[in-house]
Amino acid sequence: MASIDVNGKQIEVDEEGYLSNLNDWEPAVAEVMAKAEDTELTDAHWDIINFLREYYEEYQIAPAVRVLTKAVGKRLGKDKGNSKYLYELFPYGPGKQACKYAGLPKPTGCV
Amino acid sequence: MALLHTVNKSPFESNTFNTCLGLAKQGSTILLIEDGVYAATTGHSVAEKIKNASGITFAVLGPDLQARGLESKLADDIKVIDYDGFVNMVVEHDSVQSWL
Amino acid sequence: MSVKKFMYINRKPPYGTVYALEALEVVLIGAAFDQDVSLAFIGDGVYELTKGQNTDAIGQKNFSPTYTALGDYDVKKLYVEKESLEERGLTLDDLQHLVWEDEDDDWAEKDSIHLVSRAEMADVLDDQDIILSF
Repeated sequence: MASIDVNGKQIEVDEEGYLSNLNDWEPAVAEVMAKAEDTELTDAHWDIINFLREYYEEYQIAPAVRVLTKAVGKRLGKDKGNSKYLYELFPYGPGKQACKYAGLPKPTGCV
Repeated sequence: MALLHTVNKSPFESNTFNTCLGLAKQGSTILLIEDGVYAATTGHSVAEKIKNASGITFAVLGPDLQARGLESKLADDIKVIDYDGFVNMVVEHDSVQSWL
Repeated sequence: MSVKKFMYINRKPPYGTVYALEALEVVLIGAAFDQDVSLAFIGDGVYELTKGQNTDAIGQKNFSPTYTALGDYDVKKLYVEKESLEERGLTLDDLQHLVWEDEDDDWAEKDSIHLVSRAEMADVLDDQDIILSF
């Protein structure tokens, strides 16, 4: 099993870097994952990460990109609820990258 | 010889519960687990059969009932047990017949 | 690509077998293809929608909240067979209240669950292009 080092603590991840156990998540996990991909997390990133964690808490799934985009638009405003904005924040794909940082499984249906 | 019967299939999609009920003697216990817990609710034909089965004790595994959101629909006279109660029940009976 | 009518038939209760969860996942994956999707709940399948499910004690994931996300995925038609509910001593009040939000109507919440008779369900099935059974 692969793992990542978060402030000296070993946290288990799967072969694609997603957390094996949702409950292992803490903000530092997102920081470590982002750093490994040369991404600096701004407040704008955190808005999406926190949104995803709330979405998972309520619905028990990581939303598909299309669903995420629509829901962000409704919650955080139309200027943020579009794929251009989300891909600028998460160039590896808002579904995959942001869900990973948020400690969620890969979105259902994402390949 | 008191026998403990367990049923883990829904009575609405399988004949398992009926077969078990037909072969359960007075003094035995029928424990409903997994999808078998649907028999323990009220307002349907199976509930009538349970009500009319004299001399047989009916029990249901609480965790399986809660998982399915049916605690409020539980019929009277059906005893709710947890996993420890399940173990005790096995010990208290002479043998166990798991209807699959 | 022309839009086809996809129907997913749900006939198994949750947790005892993996069918209900698998069906739900296939629906969510299939929703990416912009087809005309509907779900039918027949027989023990109606148990998938009961409210108040709590799986803490059985150590399985409670996936009942995921049904409330179906509206977000543009899955807005859940047909529940009336006779199946009645035969199990259930009414619509025992099921989760599932809605979808109409973006073109100021996000008004509209009911997703349609209670239909067995005869009406037969007509709904007859009207589909593709039926997937779980």
